[in-house]
Amino acid sequence: MKSVILKTASTYLLPLLLLFSVFVLLRGHYLPGGGFIGGLVASIAFVLHAFANGLQNTRFMLRIHPGFLIPIGLSLALIAGIAPMLIDGSPFLTGLWFPNPIPVIGMIGSALFFDIGVFLVVIGVSLTIIFTISESA
Amino acid sequence: MNAIITYPLIFQAIVSIVLLFLWQNVKAQRMVSIIGSAIGLSISVVLFNQVWQKGTIAIQMGNWEAPFGITLVADTFAVTMVVLAHIVAMAVSLFSTKGIVASRVKFGYFPIMHLMIMGLSGAFLTGDIFNLYVWFEVIIISSFVLLTIGGKKAQIEGAVKYFTLNMLASIIFLTAIALLYGTTGTLNMAELATIIPEIEDRGLVKIIALIFFLAFGVKAGVFPMYVWLPAAYHTPPAAVSSLFGGLLTKLGVYAIIRVFTMVFPVGLFTYEWIGIVGVLTILSGALGAFVQKDIVKVFSYLIICHIGFMIAGFSIGTQLALTGVLFYMFHDIIVKSNLFLVSGVLHRITGSTKLASMGGIMENKTTLAILFAIPLFSLVGIPPLSGFWPKISLFGGAIVSQKWYVLAALIFGSFMTLLVVAKVWLAVFSKPLPVGSPKKLFKYFDDFNPSEKRILVIPILLLAIVSLYFGLFAEHIQQLSARIADELINNQTYIETVFRK
Repeated sequence: MKSVILKTASTYLLPLLLLFSVFVLLRGHYLPGGGFIGGLVASIAFVLHAFANGLQNTRFMLRIHPGFLIPIGLSLALIAGIAPMLIDGSPFLTGLWFPNPIPVIGMIGSALFFDIGVFLVVIGVSLTIIFTISESA
Repeated sequence: MNAIITYPLIFQAIVSIVLLFLWQNVKAQRMVSIIGSAIGLSISVVLFNQVWQKGTIAIQMGNWEAPFGITLVADTFAVTMVVLAHIVAMAVSLFSTKGIVASRVKFGYFPIMHLMIMGLSGAFLTGDIFNLYVWFEVIIISSFVLLTIGGKKAQIEGAVKYFTLNMLASIIFLTAIALLYGTTGTLNMAELATIIPEIEDRGLVKIIALIFFLAFGVKAGVFPMYVWLPAAYHTPPAAVSSLFGGLLTKLGVYAIIRVFTMVFPVGLFTYEWIGIVGVLTILSGALGAFVQKDIVKVFSYLIICHIGFMIAGFSIGTQLALTGVLFYMFHDIIVKSNLFLVSGVLHRITGSTKLASMGGIMENKTTLAILFAIPLFSLVGIPPLSGFWPKISLFGGAIVSQKWYVLAALIFGSFMTLLVVAKVWLAVFSKPLPVGSPKKLFKYFDDFNPSEKRILVIPILLLAIVSLYFGLFAEHIQQLSARIADELINNQTYIETVFRK
C-alpha cells in the first residue's frame, strides 16, 4: 500500500507500539495484560510496518526469521518452569521471586521470564503466519 | 523424589524445542527424534518402576496445594499408559526416518510428534479435569498439524471432518466441565470423588456424566460418533496413522475409564446405556470392517470395533471385567499401532492400499509375511498371542454378571475380527500379486537399500516383540491389569496421595 501518511505514521508508531507491548507484558502479572496480549501488540507493530513499507523492508529490518523466535521463547518459558526444580527442589513451575522490587519494573520472578517466553512465541507464530500468507497472496 | 512425574513431560518439551532449532536440518532432526524417544522411553520406564515399587505418587504443580493447584498423579494406570505411549513413539519415530519424506519433515513433523507425546503423557498423568481438557487441546492441535502436513486433497478432506467433530467434542467437554464446576466448586478429581456422592440433585449429576461420556465418546470413536475416524485415518502417512490409531482413540477410552471410576463411580450410576452404546459400536465397527476394500480403512473400522469391546466391557462394571478391559486396551495400543505400520510397508511393497490390487506377500516376502502375521493374529486372539488372554476376563466378567447381550456382542465381534483378518490374509498375503504396470514416481520397497529396509521393518519387529511378550508372559500383564482395576475401584489411596502434605 503506497500512502505517505501511513508511511510517516508507521515510523513513529513502530517504536511506540513496541514500547506499549513491553508495558502490557510487564503489567500482566496482577492486572490485565501479559505475554500473550503483549506479543500480539508487538506483532501488530511489525504488520503495520509491513503494510506501509512492504514486506521485504520489514523482513530486512527484523534480520532474523520470525519463526526462529518460537523455539527461543519456548526454551525461555521451559527454563522458567524448570528453574525452581534446580534451585530449591520445589515442583515444576513454582514461582521464585527476588526479595526486593526493582524500580519501574517492580517485583521480578520466574513468572516474568515465563511471560517473556510466551511474548516471544506469540510474536514468532503470528508473524510467521502473516508473512507466509501475505507472501503467497 | 516426586518430581520424577514431571520428567516425561519436560523431556518431551526439551526434545521438541531442540527439534525446532534444527528446523531446516532433516538429518539431524531424525537423529534427535530417535535418541529423544529412546531416552523418553527409559525415563517413563523408571517412573513406572518407581510407582510399581512404592505405589501412587503425586506432585502439586507450582507448589499450590490441592485442590487449588493442579495435581499430577502417577498411579499404576497412568504410568502404564505413559510407558505404552513411549513404546509406540519409539517405533513411530524410527519408522518416520524413512516413512516420512523430507518435505514433510521440513514442515515440522518431528517437533509436533514429540509435542503430541508430551500431550498424551500429560493427559495420562493429570489429576485435574480442566488440566485434562488442556492436554486434550495440546493433542488436538498437534494432530491437526500431523493430519494436514503434506496438504493432499484427501488429507484436507479427512482433516476437516476430524477437525469439526473434535472441536465439537471439545466444546461439549468444556460445557460439561463448566456444569461440573458450577455444581461442585472443584475440578480436582480426588476432591470430586469425595464431593459427588454427597450431592443431592442426582438428576443433574447424571446429566453431567452423560455430557462427559458424549465428549469422550467422540474422541474414542464410539457409536454413533465414529464417522470421522475412518474418514481421517486413512489419509496421512502410515507413521501418523499408527500414532493416531494406537493412541488417540485409546486416550478417549482412558478418559472414560478414569472419569467414570473416579468421579462418577459404579454404584452411583447404572451403566446399561454405556453397555448398549458399546454393543452398537462393536456391531458397526465389525460390519464396517467387513465391507471395506482398502486395507487402511479395514484397520480403521477394526479400531472402532475394538473400542466397542472396551466400552461394552467397561459397562459390566465389575473388577473382573475391568481387568479384562485394561488388558485389552494395553494389547490393542501395541497391536493397532503395529498394524498401521504394517499397512505402510505393504503399501511400499505392492504400491497400493486397495485389497484388490495387493497380493503376493507370502510368495515374494516370506519372512516379512511371518512377521506381519504376528500383529494380525494377535488381533484375532489366537492363543497364545496377546489378544486371547484379555478375552478370558472380558467373557468371564460378562458371564458372572449375566450380561448376555454384552457377551453375545463380544463373541460376534471376535468372530467378525477373525473373518476380516482372514479376508485380509487371503487378499494380501496368499493371493498372487495382480499383474499391473508399476507406478511411476513411486518408491517401491525393493528400491530401498538394505539398511533403509531394515529401518522400516525394525519398528514392526519391536512392536511385535512387545505384543509377543504380552501373549507369552500374560500373567505379568494380567497381574498389572488386576492391580490397576483394584486401584481404580478402591480409589482411597489415590485421594489420600493427592491430599498428603
